Amino acid sequence: MGELTSGAKVAPLSRRQFVVTVVSAAGGLALGVMYPGVASALPLGIEPWSPEAVPADELSAWVVIDPDETITIRIPHSEMGQGAATALPQIVAEELEVDWARIKGEFASANRNVAQNTIYGDMNTVGSRGVATSWQRLQQAGASARQRLVTAAAQQWNVPVTDCTAANGAVTHRASGRTLTYGKLAAAAAKIMLDVEPAIKTLGNFKLIGQSVPRLDTPVKLDGSAKFGIDTRLPDMVYAAVQSCPVFGGKLVSVDESAIAGRRGIIRVVRMNDAVAVVADSYWRAEQALKLLKITWDGGAAATTDSAQYRQLYRDTLNGPMVEATEETTGDAEAALGRSAKVIEALYEAPHLAHAPMEPLNATVQLKADRLDVWIGTQSALNCLRLAATASGLKPEQVFIHNTYLGGGFGRRSRNDEMVHAINVAKAMGDRPVKLVWSREQDMRSDRYRPQAAVRMRASLTADGKIDAMDSRIAVGSIQRGTQGPQAAPNGLENQAIDSFDDIPYKIPNYRINLALKNTHVPVSFWRSVGGSQNCFFFESFIDELAFAAGKDPMQFRRSMMERRDFLGVLDTLAEKSNWSAPLPAGRGRGVAICENHGSIIGQVAEVTVDAAGNVRVDRIIAAVDCYQAVNPKIVESQIEGGIIYGLSAALYGHITIKDGAVVEGNFDSYKPVTLADAPKIEVYLSLTGGGKFAGVGECGLAPTAPAVTNAIFAATRKRVRELPLKNLKLSELAQL
Amino acid sequence: MVSLNVNGRQHSIDVEDDMPLLWALRDEIGLTGTKFGCGIAQCGACTVHVDGVAMRSCVIPASAVQGKAITTIEGLSTDAKHPVQQAWLAEDVPQCGYCQSGQIMAVSAFLKENPAPTDAQIDESITNICRCGTYVRIRRAIHRAAALMRG
Repeated sequence: MGELTSGAKVAPLSRRQFVVTVVSAAGGLALGVMYPGVASALPLGIEPWSPEAVPADELSAWVVIDPDETITIRIPHSEMGQGAATALPQIVAEELEVDWARIKGEFASANRNVAQNTIYGDMNTVGSRGVATSWQRLQQAGASARQRLVTAAAQQWNVPVTDCTAANGAVTHRASGRTLTYGKLAAAAAKIMLDVEPAIKTLGNFKLIGQSVPRLDTPVKLDGSAKFGIDTRLPDMVYAAVQSCPVFGGKLVSVDESAIAGRRGIIRVVRMNDAVAVVADSYWRAEQALKLLKITWDGGAAATTDSAQYRQLYRDTLNGPMVEATEETTGDAEAALGRSAKVIEALYEAPHLAHAPMEPLNATVQLKADRLDVWIGTQSALNCLRLAATASGLKPEQVFIHNTYLGGGFGRRSRNDEMVHAINVAKAMGDRPVKLVWSREQDMRSDRYRPQAAVRMRASLTADGKIDAMDSRIAVGSIQRGTQGPQAAPNGLENQAIDSFDDIPYKIPNYRINLALKNTHVPVSFWRSVGGSQNCFFFESFIDELAFAAGKDPMQFRRSMMERRDFLGVLDTLAEKSNWSAPLPAGRGRGVAICENHGSIIGQVAEVTVDAAGNVRVDRIIAAVDCYQAVNPKIVESQIEGGIIYGLSAALYGHITIKDGAVVEGNFDSYKPVTLADAPKIEVYLSLTGGGKFAGVGECGLAPTAPAVTNAIFAATRKRVRELPLKNLKLSELAQL
Repeated sequence: MVSLNVNGRQHSIDVEDDMPLLWALRDEIGLTGTKFGCGIAQCGACTVHVDGVAMRSCVIPASAVQGKAITTIEGLSTDAKHPVQQAWLAEDVPQCGYCQSGQIMAVSAFLKENPAPTDAQIDESITNICRCGTYVRIRRAIHRAAALMRG
C-alpha cells in the first residue's frame, strides 16, 4: 500500500485488483492509505454551503470551471458523516475527465433548486439515497459538461468533435496534438447546447469511481474549523433555549416568569402552543433561565401513559385485526401450519429509540419582511426551505437555507421542527438573528422515535429441515402516519413496517405477513435503517430458532434455502472470514444474521463472550456487504462500521421509557451509547456482484447487528433473547433451551 | 470579570463566575471548535486542555481556570499538523466530525502520558462518545499517532 502521492497517473484497477484491495484494507491489517496514485481533491470549505450568487461563467448548475482550472462541483445532498460530499463529486469528476486534485465541492442551493424547477432533485438525504438515487444524474452532469468542453475546443479549432479527446482536464485534437485546458474552454462551453446527451460510463470503464480517495471533509473536521449549525455566529445575534411540552401533543397553559425577573442577559420569554423559549444574550443564560421558569402544561389524556401500558398495547394488538401484506404472500401458510405436527412460535419485542445525534438540534434564523435566512444542518434542504416558507409566511423563493455540516443525522434532521421553533422566536425579535439550541435533554425528550413493536411468528419445518411455512403478525407504529398524519397508509400497509420480512433471502413455500399499524401519542419517524432496525432482529433471530429446531448449523440452514447470488456471496464471505466452522471455547459463541436493507445485502457474524454472571461482551463483528457497485469502498466500510456501532448501542443499551406520558431518559448517562471500551473489533468485506446499480450503504450496517449478537449469545448459552435492549435482561433468568 | 489564557492569548470577559468554560469559549470568545454535546461531562465533545490535562469544559466554571493555560482544538497546532491530527487525517477518522475536536483533544493529552498505550489503556482513558461509530478508526489512529510521536 503506497502512501498518498501527488500528481501520479491513475491506473484503472481491474475488478479482481479492486476486490483484493478492498478486502486487504478492510481486514484492518493495512495501515497504509489505499488510494494509489490519486492526489487528494481540495478540502471542502469551512462553510460548505452555496454562496447563492450564480457565477456568470458557470458551465452548468453542477459544474463551474475557473480560469485557474479549479473545478467546483455542486453537491445535491447533505453531509452528515456518510460521505456524500466526497462520493458525489467523485461521480461527476469520473465523467469530467479531470485531475481529482482540481476538484472542489460545494453544497447546492435549495433556493436555486426552487427557482429552477428542482434541477437538483429532491435533495433528500434520507433512505440511504445519496448515491443510490443520484448517481445517474451526476454522471450525466459530468458527461454533459465534458462533451460541451470538447465541442467548444472542436469549434475553436474548426475540426470534427469526434477527432478530439478529453483527458486530465484538457481537450486534445488527436491529429495535430493541439491542447486546450478546461479553464480556457469553459466560457465558450457555457454557451454550447448539446443536441444529444453523451452516454455515461459503466462498470469496467471507471477510473475514479471505485477508488477510496480520501474524504474531502476530513481536513476541516480536524482543527475545529468546520461550521456546524450550532457554530453559526451573526452580528447582533440573540440566543434561545427552548422547552417543549414533556407530554407529546400537550399544550402550554401558563408561564410564571417571576423567577427570572432581573436575571442578567434575559431578553424575553416566547410562548408557543406547545413550547416555551427564553431569549438571552448567551445560550447558557437562556438555558439557565429556562430551567427556573414555572411552566404549567396540559398533557391531556396521554399524561397518564407509561411504557408498561404501551408494551401491553402492542402485545394485545397482535391478537386483534390485521391486514395481510398480500404482495408478500406465497402458498398457504395457515393451512401448512395447520397440518404440521410441530409449530414453532415466538413473541419478540423492541422499544422506542431516540436518534441522539452528537450535535443537539439547533437552527439560526434571520427573518426580515421579505427574506428569511436559515443556517441549519438539515437532511432535506428543499423540504426545509418549504417548511421555512410556511412557518414564516414568506414565499419559497424568499427563503435561503445555508446547509451547514450536520453533527449526525440518522433520520432526525429530516424533520426540521427545531427550525420552526427558531422562526417562531424570530417573529418576536424583529430583524435580529436568533440562534436556537436544544439542550441534550430537549433533544432526547422531543425526538421522533424509532417505533415500538411486537411480533409473533409461527413456523413449521419440512421433513428435511427447511422452512415449510411461516406466518408473522407485526404490530408496530406507522412511520408514514407519524410523519404525514393519520390519513397516511390508508390501506393499513407500509413498507417500513414490514422491512426485513419482505425481500427475504430464503425460499419459503408458504409465507404470510400480517400487519397492524398502531400509533400512540409518542411521535415516530425514520431512524437509521428504519424497519430493519427492529425487524431484522425479530426475523433473523427466529430463523436461528428454526435452525435450532431443525437441528442444523445456522449458517448451513440459511444457505440451504438461499438462491440469490448476492445473498450467497455475502453469506459465503461471512463463513470464510469468520472461520465459521472453527470451534470456540466454552462461554463464547458465534451468531450470524443477513438481510436486505435499503437495497444492499448485508450480513454479519458476531462473536461474543458470556461470563458466568451472564455479562455479554461483543468481541468481534465480521460484516459483508453487497451494494453491487461502490463509489468509494473505504467510505462504504466506514458506513458499515458506524452502522454496526449504532446498532450495537441499540442492542445493548437503547431504550426510551415513557412515564406520565413523557420520556424519562434525558442524556447520555441514561441513554448510553457504545464507547471505545465496548466497541468490538470490526472487519468489513465488500462482496460486490456489480449489476449496474449502486445501492445505499448509510443505514444497512446496523440491521443485522442485534440478531448476530443475540444469535451468538444463543450459541454460547442456549438462551434466546427475544427483546431488547440487553441491559434490561438478566440472562441468568432466561430459560436454557 | 474573568480572565482566561486561551491558546496563548489573554481574554478578559465579563461573565458570571459560574458560566461554564465551554460557553465562555464558544459564545464569549468565539472559539466554536469546542463542541456542546451533553452538558454533563458524559460525551467529551467539549474536551479542552487545562495546563495540558484533558478536561470537559461543559462542567468547569470559567472562573475556576483563571491563570491556567487553556488549549482548545484551534490552538492544538498552528497548521493542523499535530501528530494526532496527522493520524486522524491518514486514517480518515471523522464521519460527521462533531465529536472529533473532543476526541483529538482527549487523545493528544492521553498520549503525552502514555506514549505507547495498550488497547486496555485506551479503553480506560478515551471515553468520548461518537454516535457515528468511528471507534475502529479512532483506535487505529491512536496507535498511529503514538508511533508518530515516538518518532
